[in-house]
Amino acid sequence: MGHIPQIGISIPKKESWNKVTGRAKYNGDHITSDTLHARILTSTHAHAIIKSIDFTKAEKSKGVQGIITGDYLPVLTGSIIEDRPPIAKDKVRYFGEPIAVVIANTEGEASYAIKLIDVEYEPLLVINFLQDAMKEDSILIHEKLSQYHHPSVEANPQFNTNIAGSTKIRKGDVHKAFNDSYIILEHNYSLPQSDHSAMETRNTIAEILPSGEVVINTSSQAPFAIKEELSKVFGLSKSKLIVRTPLVGGAFGGKATVQLEFIAYIASLAVGGRKVRIANTREQDMFSSPAKIGVDAKIKIGATEDGIIRALEATYLVDCGAYSDTGPRMAKAIASSCTGPYNIENVYCDAFALYTNHIYVTSYRGFGHVAATFPVERSIDKLAIALNMDPLELRLKNAIREGNTTPTQSKVTLSNTGNVEECINKLKTLINWEEGQVVQNIDDTIRAKGMACFWKTSNSAPDAISGVILKLNSDGGVDVNFGAVEIGPGMKTAICQIVAEKMKMDINKVHPFMEVDTQISPKHWKTVASMTTFMAGNAAIKACESIIKQLKSIGSIVLRCTPEDLDVANQKVFLRDDPSVFIHFKDLAHGYKYADGPSIGGEIIGHGNYIMKHLVPLNPETGQGKTGPSITVGAQAVEIEYDPVKYDYRLLKAATIIDAGKIINPGAAKGLLMGGMSMGLGLATREEFVYNAQGQLENSSLRTYKLIHFGEQPEYLVEFVETEQIDAPFGARGLAEHGIIGIPAALANAISIASQADFDTLPISPETIWKAKTGGKYDSL
Amino acid sequence: MLKISGNTTLVLNINGEDREIIAKPSDTLLYTLRNQLGLTGAKPGCENGDCGACTVLVDDWPIKSCLMLTVEALGKKITTIEGLNNIPIQKAFIENWGFQCGYCTSGFIMVCHSLSIHHPDADEHTIEEWLQSNLCRCTSYQEIRDAINSILK
Amino acid sequence: MIPFNFDYYKPNTLTDAINLYTELDSMGKSPIYYGGGTEFISMARVHNVHTKAVIDIKGIPECNIHVLKNTKLTIGSAITLTNIAIKNHFPLLSRTVKRIADHTIQDKITLGGNLAGTIIYKESLLPLMVANANIVLEGINGSRTVPIMDVFCKEMNISKEELIVQVIIDERYLNLPSLHVKRTKNEKIDYPLITLVALVDQGKINIAFSGLSDFPFRTKLLEDILNDESFSKDERIKKFINNIPYKILDDLAGSSEYRKFMLNVMLNETLENLQEAL
Repeated sequence: MGHIPQIGISIPKKESWNKVTGRAKYNGDHITSDTLHARILTSTHAHAIIKSIDFTKAEKSKGVQGIITGDYLPVLTGSIIEDRPPIAKDKVRYFGEPIAVVIANTEGEASYAIKLIDVEYEPLLVINFLQDAMKEDSILIHEKLSQYHHPSVEANPQFNTNIAGSTKIRKGDVHKAFNDSYIILEHNYSLPQSDHSAMETRNTIAEILPSGEVVINTSSQAPFAIKEELSKVFGLSKSKLIVRTPLVGGAFGGKATVQLEFIAYIASLAVGGRKVRIANTREQDMFSSPAKIGVDAKIKIGATEDGIIRALEATYLVDCGAYSDTGPRMAKAIASSCTGPYNIENVYCDAFALYTNHIYVTSYRGFGHVAATFPVERSIDKLAIALNMDPLELRLKNAIREGNTTPTQSKVTLSNTGNVEECINKLKTLINWEEGQVVQNIDDTIRAKGMACFWKTSNSAPDAISGVILKLNSDGGVDVNFGAVEIGPGMKTAICQIVAEKMKMDINKVHPFMEVDTQISPKHWKTVASMTTFMAGNAAIKACESIIKQLKSIGSIVLRCTPEDLDVANQKVFLRDDPSVFIHFKDLAHGYKYADGPSIGGEIIGHGNYIMKHLVPLNPETGQGKTGPSITVGAQAVEIEYDPVKYDYRLLKAATIIDAGKIINPGAAKGLLMGGMSMGLGLATREEFVYNAQGQLENSSLRTYKLIHFGEQPEYLVEFVETEQIDAPFGARGLAEHGIIGIPAALANAISIASQADFDTLPISPETIWKAKTGGKYDSL
Repeated sequence: MLKISGNTTLVLNINGEDREIIAKPSDTLLYTLRNQLGLTGAKPGCENGDCGACTVLVDDWPIKSCLMLTVEALGKKITTIEGLNNIPIQKAFIENWGFQCGYCTSGFIMVCHSLSIHHPDADEHTIEEWLQSNLCRCTSYQEIRDAINSILK
Repeated sequence: MIPFNFDYYKPNTLTDAINLYTELDSMGKSPIYYGGGTEFISMARVHNVHTKAVIDIKGIPECNIHVLKNTKLTIGSAITLTNIAIKNHFPLLSRTVKRIADHTIQDKITLGGNLAGTIIYKESLLPLMVANANIVLEGINGSRTVPIMDVFCKEMNISKEELIVQVIIDERYLNLPSLHVKRTKNEKIDYPLITLVALVDQGKINIAFSGLSDFPFRTKLLEDILNDESFSKDERIKKFINNIPYKILDDLAGSSEYRKFMLNVMLNETLENLQEAL
């Protein structure tokens, strides 16, 4: 029987028509009249003692059902270090930290009452800069750091400091390698904190039923983690904790942690378990819920005369803000990928996750890799200039290859890493590198290209799991149920494609359960780390094998043969040697019924699971270990037009070549990479949190925090290299985050070469260039 | 002189139908559409006019429904995404990968639809001018440009 | 979502509107005139404005006039920016309003709203300033028509119950050689770093700015410098920048030094572009 491939083809997302008709439902779209609404009062200080909170006026305001502060149910939360109260208690540590919650009949009434609460603060000194957090005599943001419980192996808080965690990489001997180097370059780099800006702000509904069941409906990437965390923090039975997540309106890592869910639960508790909804305003989503890390880095590289990079020494200070959340894990991710996809045999790196009085951070697309990539890719361009070499050739020369090792000394193979060289070579053609990196236009503007390479692995938990349940319908179609949330990339469809391919059937007969319900769906660790297709895909293949086995088993009875005589395709079980003898899935799905009445079999349900294998936590002294099942590599470029009179630039092209193994859905993959590049250009050109001297965030609305608008985009180019990963579903490696990673470095490289100045801090605005070129003083002469 | 005070029963013309709703003067059109009529295709993204996810058509022109009071919509023809049924731009968004999470999609489609009514032959400049009213965080906008270009002219 | 309640009035005459305002004001209801409402709603939702009564002026015929008649262009205060751009009687004004906020919002913002708002940029004011427009105001003592430059001098000098009814522009200004340049920090849809509007009238440049200072301005002092042909172009620009009588903005959009640099670039463009008309 002929089989039409179901992977490697561009299939629109299953939920597409619902999304273009407004019928797709997100968490905030389930509006019921029995819901109470909560609003959060947030801190106006970045660091202060809460002297008093007076809510007597607010309590009497119309429609108010309850008001809670950090004293109501004091708990500490955190997946790595338990350092964060969901509602501040005694002290605030960042501008925007929740300090009180009003629960009222309507959103308007809650919002009105919030203004009636009086808070008295005693301001404390503010840590506004990373280097201040590192000073030995620095004030402490967490005086009780030594008393916090830290469940994760990644945490190694250093007491009486502001260091929440640190990662050390010691590979080879950098001192010797620097001594042997022909050239050594050392520079500082800086990337600010910034916002995820998913179009749907974070929102949650919590309800505690009289039976003791706790139901959380939430916009999240991690419903199963919410279940674990809530159970741990509040001592709730996991059997009675139900978390549901419908379609999510964008996440980018920002919805991978637990925040509003804690508050919503406490709020519901305070009003007798009634249903309470909390939805962030856009402003609160920016200044109160966690953001992207900021990083200051110092990088020293040493190379031979012919451009072989011999040594890299790096220090990264990661701005975690007021609470640790996943900050220390991102510091680890940065340290363990600090070289980029290059073979550097001698590496010393220290990455510190630091507390400051900025907004706390959580994962963000790329999980620290933008910050890891920027310094090394800028350094390579500087090295190329110093050695008078072509930066692309220099990268080719140092590209990591099979048999090399990563900074954590795990072995690189073609299967587990892909082919960097081929990506670079393809990029060279795609963006016409040969014409020259800088081209002078007739109108005195300059066209310039910059490039960067990237690599990224998952940094997932070593015991991360995923499961898939398949059910056969009585028309022979397959229902797919798994616990990853559809946040936009189309992973529900991708897993259906994998099922269709494995079952050799039409994708249109395979249908996903679009929502996630922790009571119904098999556990999926978190929808993060570009790991869904890999993890759930592997589980799906096992589930298909289970279904196929059952079909063959019952089919063999009906067709009077052994299961081994049978094969499965096009929703039929048939004799391998004579496909004209077959039985349709629909006749087996819910049991086979003989013509004269008796039946055999039953509903066919298959399941499969996956658990991460061979991941090893890093050795605290050397950093030796394994942080993910595979690495995805690629090469990127940005082409700009630079105006040397106005110090202004325009984006012309952005390109990505990625080796993500087999591409399951090229259309969806291309879209993800383009979207990633777009975000990368946002980081490179305009996105940053601006704090004033008091540590207050100054640009917390989409009016002042600018995202790229339609029409400002360059032409995007994407091509694939498909080096298959042996243990991945049909050879597919992760790719969802990766489009963002090298783009800021590529843009900085393009602007630096066009303007003949060094841009080592993001973002790069026209004013930044003007300052670099003129010293920042208007010269009226 | 029209005076409206407190919760009042009003009639709005929505998607070609007169619908009775209850609203008070401070209710935004977005709030009424979602909470009174269950028309949740228009999304709150910023409630400040910056993102365009709540865009609906008022007398065929795009309006950010978060910046319009419900009472201002009296006597006007309102079209929401739910009022569009299998029109070319919807298909074009699917075929050109014009969305990922889909949260901004209703707003973008309403703007595109209005553009195709008023300027069926819009040039690149006009397309940009109109679509710059909306934000998308997932796509690169190139996909959306391809979608709108595929239905114009 | 607006977290407080108010009454909504939509009067049909100017007299009703003014009387209503006076009455509601005396009752302590802090009434506001309401045009497009974009600024009101976005401020109300974050508690930055409070009122118990909103007076929607969009039902008043005089505020909805948009006509070129008897050598005068009259634009009512309830006319939307989109409408101004479509009718395009005054191309300089059209070009200016087409760069305020974004295209969708332009169909909600009214001319009166942009002029009367608290926003520091009020870019629609600039073409009216350089075209020596008049503004028609209605108050308790009836109507008065005054030069727009007299009303908008740093602050808006009208009494609180006065309502902006119309602006009137002399037809002879409508198609004079003119220029609109808007520069932002980075992003097209943004408040201005600087918006410059210029118009050549009888061989002289009239010029006005937004974003340079915390209010829009046009000053004779600077125009005289710019039009003084006894100096070279570069000297005029230098003198111009050194003689700005107001504090140059220094904020998230850009430092004051950068604004001076950008102003230099923009003035150069202005002189080059308007050269032929001079």
